[in-house]
Amino acid sequence: MSILINKDTKVLVQGLTGKTGTFHTEQALAYFGTQMVGGTHPKKGGEKWTSGLDGTELPIFTTVAEGKERTGANASVIYVPPAGAAAAILEAIEAEVELIVCITEGVPVMDMVKVKRALEKSNSRLIGPNCPGVLTPEECKIGIMPGNIFQKGSVGIVSRSGTLTYEAVFQTTNAGLGQTTAVGIGGDPVKGTEFIDMLEMFLADDETKSIVMIGEIGGSAEEEAAQFIMDEAKKGRSKPMAGFIAGLTAPPGRTMGHAGAVISGGKGGAEDKIAAMEAAGINMSRSPAKIGETLLKALKG
Amino acid sequence: MNIHEYQAKKLLASFGAPIAKGIPIFSSEEAKAAAEELGGPLWVVKSQIHAGGRGKGKFKELPEDAKGGVRLAFSMDEMQAHVDEMLGNTLVTKQTGPAGKQVNQLYIEDGADIERELYLSILVDRTTGRVAFVASTEGGMDIEAVAEETPDKIHTLPIDPDTGVTADDAAKICASLELDGVAKDDGMNLFPILYKAFVETDMALLEINPLIVMKDGRLRVLDAKVSFDNNAMFRHPDIAELRDLTEEDEKEIEASKYDLAYIALDGTIGCMVNGAGLAMSTMDIIKLYGEEPANFLDVGGGANAEKVTAAFKIITADPSVKGILVNIFGGIMRCDVIAEGVLTAVKEVGLQVPLVVRLEGTKVAEGKKLIAESGLNVIAADDLDDAAQKIVAAVKGA
Repeated sequence: MSILINKDTKVLVQGLTGKTGTFHTEQALAYFGTQMVGGTHPKKGGEKWTSGLDGTELPIFTTVAEGKERTGANASVIYVPPAGAAAAILEAIEAEVELIVCITEGVPVMDMVKVKRALEKSNSRLIGPNCPGVLTPEECKIGIMPGNIFQKGSVGIVSRSGTLTYEAVFQTTNAGLGQTTAVGIGGDPVKGTEFIDMLEMFLADDETKSIVMIGEIGGSAEEEAAQFIMDEAKKGRSKPMAGFIAGLTAPPGRTMGHAGAVISGGKGGAEDKIAAMEAAGINMSRSPAKIGETLLKALKG
Repeated sequence: MNIHEYQAKKLLASFGAPIAKGIPIFSSEEAKAAAEELGGPLWVVKSQIHAGGRGKGKFKELPEDAKGGVRLAFSMDEMQAHVDEMLGNTLVTKQTGPAGKQVNQLYIEDGADIERELYLSILVDRTTGRVAFVASTEGGMDIEAVAEETPDKIHTLPIDPDTGVTADDAAKICASLELDGVAKDDGMNLFPILYKAFVETDMALLEINPLIVMKDGRLRVLDAKVSFDNNAMFRHPDIAELRDLTEEDEKEIEASKYDLAYIALDGTIGCMVNGAGLAMSTMDIIKLYGEEPANFLDVGGGANAEKVTAAFKIITADPSVKGILVNIFGGIMRCDVIAEGVLTAVKEVGLQVPLVVRLEGTKVAEGKKLIAESGLNVIAADDLDDAAQKIVAAVKGA
């Protein structure tokens, strides 16, 4: 098993005809035949998209609703530029797409406030924005993660940071553990999915034997997740976990690249997050290079 | 992006918020005319820098017992004396760091008869994903201290984006601030106005500390700190023009031209990394091995050779840099592109300090090959741990 996506997931691409959308769709098709079923473009409906790698052709639809209707897609991935990203997400919500993954970086926060409200009233799940996507090894790749570092296995990975997700994947592959699914939830302050929902799914998934959680400075999502882990453990639900928090040395008041990564008002610092996660029984790695090693130690008890 | 107090007040006034009359000045000669136009008899002279704590701040060039960065003047002579003492000098507050900030602009404002000082701010609350008001009767003070010592005196109210600030919401904020009579009427008007200003101009933070109740019972915005969501500036060209480059680090300005996220720090090891999380972690691991990072630098997801070259030049232009660590885990970013950019930059600007390069991910073999065959003195590293140890050793050995 895996979470969110598997070999049966059918993916529509919003923003397929652009350079980024094209490159990553080619990569996804090449990754164990991920079922990319089509793309959308308001003016190019009826045309065809052709992969530069192997000539695979995909139909372009005018709207997400039409694309979903014609292909049976249950997921969409968004590569449209920041100014149009929120509208693209809202269109997918409107079309009742189950899983929407928004890769776009730099979406205005106020747009996401509106999106978040629309999500509350829908059954869709949004991952991102500003995230690397979701990948279930040897089954389905949605987003921009490099497929070659993955290995089918037993670790569930959830992360706020894109490239640190790759570190965690790479290290758990090297440790011989492999992954069930890796989810990059994104680094923006207002996003579709927080840690807790993903942790809940990993706890419920039989094949996921251990979990890696990677957070960073800013906000209190890590503390809330730690509380959730603690509460679940009291109910007898727990799995070995390793964690890492980026930004121990970040100065307060400066936004570190991600709009969400800022220590403000004395809150959101790395030490508090590390302490909260340790208190929840998560084995914290102080070094970003030792996440895999820390998890191995946790597994050996 | 931050703006000055006088700019923030002008913006809020355009939405209908009550502010005092005031005039910004850039030279001593403008002071008299500004004060005469305002009329007195009480003026406030306020330093315009992008940092809080101005009132309690100290000027570097003045004696220890000199007044701070916000001063009252009861006569024209006193006003002029303040202006001449403040303008051009360096104000150090708890938010500027020890280097302080040069005061290039002052804001001369009408004085007010203050009855009560309140705290009001608007921000995006991450937990609810909504715009929220934060209100407290403890205004004029350090709100972080209030939050620490008496958290029950701080009230937070998230706003439903579908409805905006309802009459019920406004009444709740009035209650939190203990407003009644005319002040309550003013509040019922003001809070929706502030929300509108926040949402329509894509603010990230609007902090009014203090919001005052005057002796006549009316409300007034006495101070205003506004910062905007950089990601939304594309739809606000008028606001983007308010950016004051003299408030920013030169290297950071240069970096922003190439869309690089760069922050200058105090250490000796220059870093070039892709991804904010990995960039922060690279700083962390340098520290773990006993050295300090000279900067945070995220080259982003879609960097090309030109961007990498620019990043490399910015790092090497910093005289405190004694070694450079390039750490790239390519997803979108291809390792061969990074390698090419680094090699181009090294050939262009030369290499005076040790350089360690760690590449992983997409096209890693091609990237490593380019570097190995370049004949340049670049130290290759296998993983992040190895890279950090090698650069720290190289800097310590130098």
